[in-house]
Amino acid sequence: MSTAEVSGPAAEITSARREPTPLPGQPAAPVMHWIRFLSSELRLLFLRWRNLALLGVLAALPVLIGVALKLSTPGGGDGQGPPFISEVAGNGVFLTLASLTVLLTLVLPLVVAVVSGDSVAGEAGHGTLRYLLAIPAGRARLLGVKYAAVVIFCLAACAVVTAASLAVGAALFPVGPVTLLSGTTISLGAGLLRLVFVTLYVAAAMAALAAIGLAISTLTEHPIGAIAAILVLAVASEVADNVPQFAVVHPYLPTHWWLSFDALLRSPIAWPDLEHGLTSFVLYVIIFGGIAWARFSTADVTS
Amino acid sequence: MSAGYRAAGQRDEVSFGNADDEPLPVKAGPRAGGPRTGGAQPAIATSGLSKRFRGGQLAVDSIDLAVPGGSVYGFLGPNGSGKTTTIRMLLGLVQPTGGSHQLLGVPMPAGTNAVLPRVGSLVEGPAFYSQLSGKANLARYDAADRTADPRTAGPRISAALDRVGLLSAARKHYRAYSLGMKQRLAIAAGLLGPRELLILDEPTNGLDPQGTREVRSLIREIAADGTTVFVSSHLLAEVEQICSHVGVMRTGKLVFQGTLDELRSRGTARILVSTTQPVQAAEVLSGLGLPDVQAGEHEASAQLGGQLPEEICAKLVHAGVPVAGLASPRPSLEDLFVELTGEGFDVDG
Repeated sequence: MSTAEVSGPAAEITSARREPTPLPGQPAAPVMHWIRFLSSELRLLFLRWRNLALLGVLAALPVLIGVALKLSTPGGGDGQGPPFISEVAGNGVFLTLASLTVLLTLVLPLVVAVVSGDSVAGEAGHGTLRYLLAIPAGRARLLGVKYAAVVIFCLAACAVVTAASLAVGAALFPVGPVTLLSGTTISLGAGLLRLVFVTLYVAAAMAALAAIGLAISTLTEHPIGAIAAILVLAVASEVADNVPQFAVVHPYLPTHWWLSFDALLRSPIAWPDLEHGLTSFVLYVIIFGGIAWARFSTADVTS
Repeated sequence: MSAGYRAAGQRDEVSFGNADDEPLPVKAGPRAGGPRTGGAQPAIATSGLSKRFRGGQLAVDSIDLAVPGGSVYGFLGPNGSGKTTTIRMLLGLVQPTGGSHQLLGVPMPAGTNAVLPRVGSLVEGPAFYSQLSGKANLARYDAADRTADPRTAGPRISAALDRVGLLSAARKHYRAYSLGMKQRLAIAAGLLGPRELLILDEPTNGLDPQGTREVRSLIREIAADGTTVFVSSHLLAEVEQICSHVGVMRTGKLVFQGTLDELRSRGTARILVSTTQPVQAAEVLSGLGLPDVQAGEHEASAQLGGQLPEEICAKLVHAGVPVAGLASPRPSLEDLFVELTGEGFDVDG
């Protein structure tokens, strides 16, 4: 059982209960139980038709954007509109950045709101929460597994946008060495690597939103209410971020650093912006993860 | 009246023995198979357990449950009397606002992770994922259990499904299950591992008579294996047929706790004389010092008060009262229950 000692926070919970309940045969390591629970959670998440439909929408929208840009290209972009749009005609790789930028305003937050808002509230609404806790799944463990699964879903959602955009971009537009925002040109391979980092950065932004969603999700047994609240919060933050009078609070808004991934498209990479963004995400995860835990660890489950 | 009713129920389940007239004794002795709670340790013990909800409503008012290990304990009470809140507190779903409790000798809620794996439960109806099959649903709950061995999950799930007769419907979607199947699946979820205590909240709620009987016989089987069963119900007939012990709740208070026999003996027996001269009969009964004498059109009655019916009969005959019939009815459990919990719509609180 040496694995028990190295498994961190899960170990202290698990070791306490192992003594009174020796199992027939060798008990599997706590890490294995964690993975088993997480994979069960992921199966629920990814095999649900609603969630698959959301991923489908995320794959379809870049196609729509790509086709729209293809049709409008002859008219000539004058550099107006969302960033990266004018670059797409010259290099399909930029469709990924254009898609992420467009989808980050509403669709990606919506997907994250649905999945994170449903995470605990959905179980409560179904009544399955009381059974999970009576098993007992463990409140901290359940919350941890829920969040881990939602974060993986966020990553998948962003990866779907990137992959679909790359495919459509390559099909409709020329693809070649990438000219960065700073003017330097890097090879296609290096450009694609940057896209991977951009995707991870956006996924981190969504994971921060998901932490807020998880906290809200522990407050109610009505998933729709939680989802709506998260979305309203995200949109309100975006609106506030666009009001110059609120400039003082801008850096603290949850959505403020979402589009800072363009820092990755400069040479050299503009680290300060990235650091600000990632720090903001981490703080949001810590604060709202803490709120979720504070609420969930003591909540009366009456659903 | 209740005797006849019980006998009728009994006839169908001959194989399960006489759960009726001789309530199951407290099974503290060693028995084959099944995990042991050990000695006289109570399976559930609460002390002053209370819950006041945030709205100020006192749902459970300082109850002292004592559920003997090995017993089948019927937790009775009308709807809204605090049964479910009590069960939620026992399982650590709801935090008590007062008092303490132990499950299988382990203090809760500190021992939640240690003791709940040994406790199977059904709380306020079944709840599963409608998009999953029955089998996948059990696998989901099993995956959430830290103490469950993943390598034995398959056989354990099949065994649990088999036990409740759902093996043939294992791959059917949960949403296609009938209410009875859903209820049985919930019981199966409680049987995924070896359990020393089974807490069942209204396990026959919404079931048809066949389903009710299936659940009842299942509970008997489980109890026969040595598992303590704590079953809440508002159905007397159910409790009467399977339980050795009873606790009765009324508006958050535990108004009775003891064996089924103790509950029965609470009732005051009466003597009922069928006669053409009820007034004369009533006079004789009064003369014998019996309390609560009543005279009807064709009968007179009084509380028996410890006297022997045959002696009263002799006195009546001696006094020249024509005795057409003599009966000493005990109050039915239903009467006792209503006496303890109030009339049907008399919901106080």
